[in-house]
Amino acid sequence: MEPFDFISPSSIEEAVKTLASSGDQARILAGGTDMLVQMRAGRRTAPLVVDIKGIPELNVMSYDASKGLTLGAAVPCYRIYQDATVATAYPGLIDSAFLIGGIQIQGRASIGGNICNAAPSGDAIPAVIALGGVCNVTGPNGTREILCEDFCTAPGRNALENGEILVSISIPAPQPNAGANYLRFIPRNEMDIAVAGVGSAVQLDASGQNFVSARIALASVAPTPVFAKEAGDSLAGKAVSEEAVQQASELAMAAAKPISDMRGTIRQRTHLIGVLTRRTLNNAIERARGG
Amino acid sequence: MPGVTQVQTTLNGEVINFLCEPRQSLLEVLRDVLGMTGTKEGCNDGNCGACTIILDGRIVDSCLVLGVEAEGRDITTIEGMASPEGLHPLQQSFLENAALQCGICTPGFLLASKSLLDQEPEADEGRIRHWLAGNLCRCTGYDKIVRAVLQVSKAK
Repeated sequence: MEPFDFISPSSIEEAVKTLASSGDQARILAGGTDMLVQMRAGRRTAPLVVDIKGIPELNVMSYDASKGLTLGAAVPCYRIYQDATVATAYPGLIDSAFLIGGIQIQGRASIGGNICNAAPSGDAIPAVIALGGVCNVTGPNGTREILCEDFCTAPGRNALENGEILVSISIPAPQPNAGANYLRFIPRNEMDIAVAGVGSAVQLDASGQNFVSARIALASVAPTPVFAKEAGDSLAGKAVSEEAVQQASELAMAAAKPISDMRGTIRQRTHLIGVLTRRTLNNAIERARGG
Repeated sequence: MPGVTQVQTTLNGEVINFLCEPRQSLLEVLRDVLGMTGTKEGCNDGNCGACTIILDGRIVDSCLVLGVEAEGRDITTIEGMASPEGLHPLQQSFLENAALQCGICTPGFLLASKSLLDQEPEADEGRIRHWLAGNLCRCTGYDKIVRAVLQVSKAK
């Protein structure tokens, strides 16, 4: 790696001040599982690396049954799925935290880092979008909230302005009769990059027979993760049925704008979005019904 | 030019100090600064697990940790696995089951397996295979490794 300076601020204020005065000369280090690889390969350079893991707010994981989950941007994946309360409340989030890399990667990689890295294939991003996650950002001009679906702006680029850091992600409290699921397709069993991925979340009525609302998001089929709003909205108010799920999956396929590359073709990826949308919706419905 | 930083850390139970540049990975520090060459470099990008170490009780790829991040942490490498009394049961089992050929992946597999059985002494075959997915072996075909870990596991 090219030489760089390293600092480890202990407060948000200190981090923001350093980042704001360094401009594009500084890069933020959380788990490092993407960033250090990119720097070693020369795809990213930074004269200054700012390790944000020493900031208390970025290590918070707090859950309240009425307020929901606040997930510090540096909390590594293993802490999320090892927390029985969080794992029970957000199985759709655990689906992704449990399949990012292997156990070694999960010991370091964070959901916040996955979102900031803004890879089209980031496994956590569709899961967080489907759950209605909000990114809490602090910068030189104060704090602001960015919807997760608006956070990634291009491959490897995000909505953070100069001096801003992602402090945490807020995920609304799980409602009764709600369920979520994330699935990806990879040719191996573990340790691979999604050829395509889908995160779905559904809210059913008390009978469990009708959709109140649904949110569907897609991975690896566009320059950024895709919020397939029309696909989810198509289910609102409808009875739970194979036809409704089929129709939503076709709308999700229409929202996918994949490319052909070494991992898959346009045709295969579009097909996979249909299959994975149906599977994740059916799994989410089952979870919503308490299955 | 960025200078060197002094880092204090606990390595295999002993408090040590070392000097490193911020750009050096913990893997480079272990091998090149501290002479602890038991930790191997494979892919150097987090895919192969050859450089697996235990950092504060969790396995991580040391190629994806900076040396300066080791400040105040607790590190176990392969050099800390055996005791003065003899090999760790997993090391013995790897020998008995011929769970290695060229040996480059072995320290990583041993530490990953130790970490699993320390947390889940009754890990079954499925769990072992899942846990070891972050460690690549191009020689054995994995079966002998899984068998070696299973022999030490208390799984019925």
